Amino acid sequence: MEELNSLFYGFSVVLTPYNIVLMFVGVFLGIIVGVLPGLGGANGVAILLPLTFAMPPTSAIVMLSCIYWGALFGGAITSILFNIPGEPWSVATTFDGYPMAQNGHAAEALTTSFTSSFFGALCAVIMITFLAPLVARFALKFGPPEFFSVYFLTFCSFIGMGKEKPFKILVSMMLGFGLAAVGMDMVTGTLRLNFGFSELLRGFSFLIAVIGLFGIGEILLCMEEGLEFSGRSARLNLTVVWDTWRRMIRFWGTAIRSMVIGCWLGVTPGGATPASFMAYGVAKRMSKDGADFGTGKLEGVLAPEVANNSAGTSALLPMLALGIPGSPTAAVLLGGLLVWGLQPGPLLFVEKPEFVWGLIASMYLGNIATLILCLTCVPVFAAILRVPFSIIAPVIIVVCAIGAYTVNNAVYDIWYMLMFGVFGYVFKKLDYPLAPLVLALVLGDAAESAFRQSMLLAQGDLRIFFSNWLVGSITGLALFALFWPIVARGLVALRASRVGATAA
Amino acid sequence: MHIHRILSVTAMLFVAALVGAPTAAAWEPTRPVEFVVPAGSGGGADQMARLIQGIVAKHNLMKQPFVVVNKSGGAGAEGFLDVKGSKADSHKIIITLSNLFTTPLATGVPFNWKDLTPVAMLALDQFVLWVHADTPYKSAKDYLDAVKKAGPNKFKMAGTGSKQEDQILTVGIEKATGTKFIYVPFKGGGDVATQLVGKHVDSTVNNPIEAVAQWRAGQLRPLCVFDDSRMPYKGKVTETMSWHDIPTCKEAGVPADYLMLRGIFMPAGVPKEAVDFYVGLFRKVRETSEWKEFMERGAFNQSFMTGPAYAKWVQGAEDLHRNLMKEAGFLAKP
Repeated sequence: MEELNSLFYGFSVVLTPYNIVLMFVGVFLGIIVGVLPGLGGANGVAILLPLTFAMPPTSAIVMLSCIYWGALFGGAITSILFNIPGEPWSVATTFDGYPMAQNGHAAEALTTSFTSSFFGALCAVIMITFLAPLVARFALKFGPPEFFSVYFLTFCSFIGMGKEKPFKILVSMMLGFGLAAVGMDMVTGTLRLNFGFSELLRGFSFLIAVIGLFGIGEILLCMEEGLEFSGRSARLNLTVVWDTWRRMIRFWGTAIRSMVIGCWLGVTPGGATPASFMAYGVAKRMSKDGADFGTGKLEGVLAPEVANNSAGTSALLPMLALGIPGSPTAAVLLGGLLVWGLQPGPLLFVEKPEFVWGLIASMYLGNIATLILCLTCVPVFAAILRVPFSIIAPVIIVVCAIGAYTVNNAVYDIWYMLMFGVFGYVFKKLDYPLAPLVLALVLGDAAESAFRQSMLLAQGDLRIFFSNWLVGSITGLALFALFWPIVARGLVALRASRVGATAA
Repeated sequence: MHIHRILSVTAMLFVAALVGAPTAAAWEPTRPVEFVVPAGSGGGADQMARLIQGIVAKHNLMKQPFVVVNKSGGAGAEGFLDVKGSKADSHKIIITLSNLFTTPLATGVPFNWKDLTPVAMLALDQFVLWVHADTPYKSAKDYLDAVKKAGPNKFKMAGTGSKQEDQILTVGIEKATGTKFIYVPFKGGGDVATQLVGKHVDSTVNNPIEAVAQWRAGQLRPLCVFDDSRMPYKGKVTETMSWHDIPTCKEAGVPADYLMLRGIFMPAGVPKEAVDFYVGLFRKVRETSEWKEFMERGAFNQSFMTGPAYAKWVQGAEDLHRNLMKEAGFLAKP
């Protein structure tokens, strides 16, 4: 196996004491970046990028990619403990992770999330190691219609998930689309819905909405309900990791499905966020306990976490092989490659094997380092819930405000965050679901651009969404997911009437 | 006209400073300097800003660090309005691309380069006409003849953004050759290059740095460069070709040219000493080997201008953009 030889060569490049120290430093910084809402992986890497210019390129990329792994893992911590997603791709983790913590199972939820993250990342790295050229070619098949069909599939596989009334889901989703439309219209190059206010130019950042809706909204609810977190009774037990692992093994089917979704969306620059939503939707559909999702099911934490890490990791493949970033963080790393004098793209594997294989080897080692660091910290993280509400709540609000400011370095965003907080509170009181709003806000813009680009390409012909096997089958799958509840109900009714007919 | 006067006064002062010996006590930043990028992270302007940040830190060119801040909202309007609103703040600079002109013209957002203080032109970015390497077109003429023959709205041109440099240049080609493309806007230059490699579109006008990787891998083919003269870099980029081997579009019979400003501005009302400091700083940055390497890799046009010459160039560029955008019907307030 040529790849194995190259991989071991990579290990030999990376395994120097200097690189290993950098690896742990990177992971540690990354977890902090992941925990702080707003300071996303892309920002974190961008801020630290200039520090690495003095290092050899291989050491630099090892450290920066470890920041990225740390952020991918760490985003889940606050989602589970406080219902505040540290990163966009951790939103789906809150759906079951936070209820688990409220039920006193914070440690289990954290262990599940870290282990799933590791599994997802590991599978993606194995894919990068052995299938890079093949997979890279697949990524090129994605044009605007293919992208739109993927977004469409994400929406469709998510619709009909909540227990709320369909009307409320629709209202929430449409609000999300409305907010996503504010700011710049990329296709015509004009401003829209800003009513002449220059503060609305940048639109509503998804992260600020999430910090407000989930974080501030949750704190407002807690204040009303007696100034404490319901997860206080979290029991701390040293065997929790082992016990959780035993429970997780049963869900291998969900893990593999989520991994496939993640790898696929990571390679086609769909990204980790849609991957986590789609994996959650699919897991809910396929699971025996689908109806109980959202009440604190282990499987509901596992699915999005496997997917977002496999997506986040495989997003580096198109960057290395084609020079296209699969995620915003990959885009910043790409800039780093250029500064270090490396030309990302198809020839990188040939011209700089020590760099590429060093990076790939560091992916294996970095993820192991992250897993160890995270798992040993599970009791510490879970113990945070024991800090009295009156101390931790102000800290959370301050961290949220800093996070909201960091997204765009804009003071106005803190006001938006507070506004969204009130929004989130009202939504919960009136029993409107937040997830459809968030999904529409995060993917609304991209889906709209992809649709309008497709319409430009096809000059307004909708058949473009069925113009080849790839886009046709994704669109078909989406339509199937959308209409499945109706079809299923029809089938049941048909069967019932047939049974009734034979009985008569 | 107040700003005009300030500008001409600073211009005169600048000339005076050039003639006489600069004796004034040197100004230096006393706190970290905010380096505004009116574009997203990972793009061309962002890369350049972060490279400068790295070079300045590595060679210890400034006692205080640069802090790079992306303000990309409203096609960069957010960043420009921020600098416009920071009058007399000597600890803030902004790197610009063509959206310095195109954003206010296309969106009507109230700012103009005259609301800022020009510091220096760092370089000019080239534009190259690219097609997929599997296509039979060997020259710009071959390709544009095919476009013309196919009729309007058959060939697809991908570009970065809408009513920005790529689309303005596309309209320029259309005007010069009597063809009509379907222009499809994408978010960034990387996306654009990938769409061409994946054959979802027929051509692009990517900057050299955005498409060089795919060119070297034999996936894309450059047809011509939109400049008066060929690019000066003679080192082989692919096995057979250097940047210098790409003909100009004029040679190829397409009379269109366009260059994009990569320049530095400051807020209005800053002291002359501060401007001089940054001019000196960028002169030093240009001398470093990292910067030279970056220029060659991206095949940049290494023009460097400061003071009145720079302001004059910017004025010319603004007039050019207004005319081009007016002809194309892109103006928000015609």
